[in-house]
Amino acid sequence: MTARFDVLRYPWVRRLVVSRWPQYLVRVTLLALFLLAVLAGWLGTPVGNRNFAIVGVWIAWWAVLILVAVPFLGRAWCSVCPLPLPGEWLQQGSLLGPRGRGGWSLGRRWPRRWRHIWLQNAGFTALALFSAVILTRPGVTAWVLLGLVLLAVGVSLVYERRAFCRYLCPVGGFIGLYAQAAPLELRVKDPAVCAAHTEKACYTGNEQGFGCPWGTFPLGMVRNDVCGLCFECLRTCTYDNLALNIRPLGADLAQRRGAKLDEAFKAFILLGSALTYAAVFLGPWGALKDAAYDVGAPSWWGYAALLVGLSWVILPGLFALGVWAGRPRLPWRRAFTVLAYALVPLGLAMWAAFSLAFVAASVAYVLPVLSDPFGWGWDLLGTAGWAWRPVLDGWLPLLQAGLLALGALGSVRTARGIGETWGWPRAVYPVAGYVALMTGGMLWLLLG
Amino acid sequence: MRNFGEWRWGIGLVVAVLVLGLPVPQPQAEPQERVFRVTARQFAFEPAVLQVNPGDRVVIELRSSDVVHGLYVEGYDVEAVAEPGQPDRIVFVADRPGTYRLRCSVTCGDLHPFMVGKLRVGRNPWLWKGAALALWGVTLALFAARPRTREGGR
Repeated sequence: MTARFDVLRYPWVRRLVVSRWPQYLVRVTLLALFLLAVLAGWLGTPVGNRNFAIVGVWIAWWAVLILVAVPFLGRAWCSVCPLPLPGEWLQQGSLLGPRGRGGWSLGRRWPRRWRHIWLQNAGFTALALFSAVILTRPGVTAWVLLGLVLLAVGVSLVYERRAFCRYLCPVGGFIGLYAQAAPLELRVKDPAVCAAHTEKACYTGNEQGFGCPWGTFPLGMVRNDVCGLCFECLRTCTYDNLALNIRPLGADLAQRRGAKLDEAFKAFILLGSALTYAAVFLGPWGALKDAAYDVGAPSWWGYAALLVGLSWVILPGLFALGVWAGRPRLPWRRAFTVLAYALVPLGLAMWAAFSLAFVAASVAYVLPVLSDPFGWGWDLLGTAGWAWRPVLDGWLPLLQAGLLALGALGSVRTARGIGETWGWPRAVYPVAGYVALMTGGMLWLLLG
Repeated sequence: MRNFGEWRWGIGLVVAVLVLGLPVPQPQAEPQERVFRVTARQFAFEPAVLQVNPGDRVVIELRSSDVVHGLYVEGYDVEAVAEPGQPDRIVFVADRPGTYRLRCSVTCGDLHPFMVGKLRVGRNPWLWKGAALALWGVTLALFAARPRTREGGR
């Protein structure tokens, strides 16, 4: 086992995560901001860059999520996400911690045939198809946010635990895949202690905390995708047998266990949508923007075919050809699945590079909108009139080029690790070719 | 080889810095005046890509065919604002090679933040440097970096 550093050895860190209050206060604050976004979307100005629904969600939140939270903290966003909070309150019959009485949920188990992330893949693709509208029209953003909360509430009232987060949330699948590259993990310290523990309080819950809301038994956890960093297991474990480790980047990606075809496809969906977004939102092609925006028009169907075809057919198809050319020593489908995880570092870098350009051009809207969230002419902070100017001028190409180069390096390095894990040294060559192609394409779209 | 293994990240970083510092040859054309008549409409500039050589004096005459639009040149910090029937004009010397986005600077509708064009001044050094850097990253990962396995390499 490579070097890990358990940050829970610091008593203040342990207190911070084991206590419910810090997490709860952050979540409630975020829920209030979420409600503000919904109200601003309905009642505020329809001008997106003057409305908190657009600027607060798609610029401020997105920048924090993709540039900080996911790359460095993995699923940390999920631990404070407000979307499932109302549903959890109803499901648990409690606002803060176990109360010894049940909630208002039927508590059914999530159906076995739906225990995968294909629905999340489809949900993410659907959002991507309508993204030009969702990202620019406050009212639509408000309805999408509210729809996600209502869906989470409905699922919580029928099913146990956070089934919405694990199997349905379109952002959750995205975060879960890329969290596997993050330098933070929650893991069992001594598997023997868990194996001998008959109560399994981390899964079933006790008076200190709920059973794992993600339906994960920590002993069996080998990747970050199934851990929402909610820290319930830290609260329930009676043996102090869990660690919150700092670890090397990409530590989950090359290991033997836990690779799944649905997640492998998520890698291609994310590559395809990053390329498409870079072309639509940062490219000079007006017709492409019109096509993405005119939902239902013939040109929009063309855009939809491009996005779906690229993400679900062309990119995985090209990769499959590469896998075949690499003469895998394991069943072909298995080889495709395990090797697709090598694309995670590059995919994350592509999203970060795209988001940097997007955020650099739009972050100047944040302070004016905080001062006037509804676009009603308020000036709460005295910043409502601040002029728009892009930031990072001059530094942006260097940062984007550096990110993409690091992503390419990380992906090929991971492919070597996968090849070593599976006794398939040739695995690295198709990945290197594929990574060079993807990186070149993204460089051209962002910097060309 | 063992010594190289111990120094690989240092060497990799030095090469990366060298790649970033390498000059990219630019076209040696005599500077001239380039006049572009750019029409803005929701949500595009036409023409969308302006190509000039380093040192050229660039004149952009901005016209709007629908609502008020701005044209802000990133990297040069110059801006024109045109109303329908009232064109505007900016003049500047394109003395820095690279690709710079032209952005609408006046809120003009839903897709306003994404109303983008490009000004290409000579060859874009960042495109070439980025490609070289990525290629170096792939090479380093292929032949020098220890693979990332569950055990973090051997």
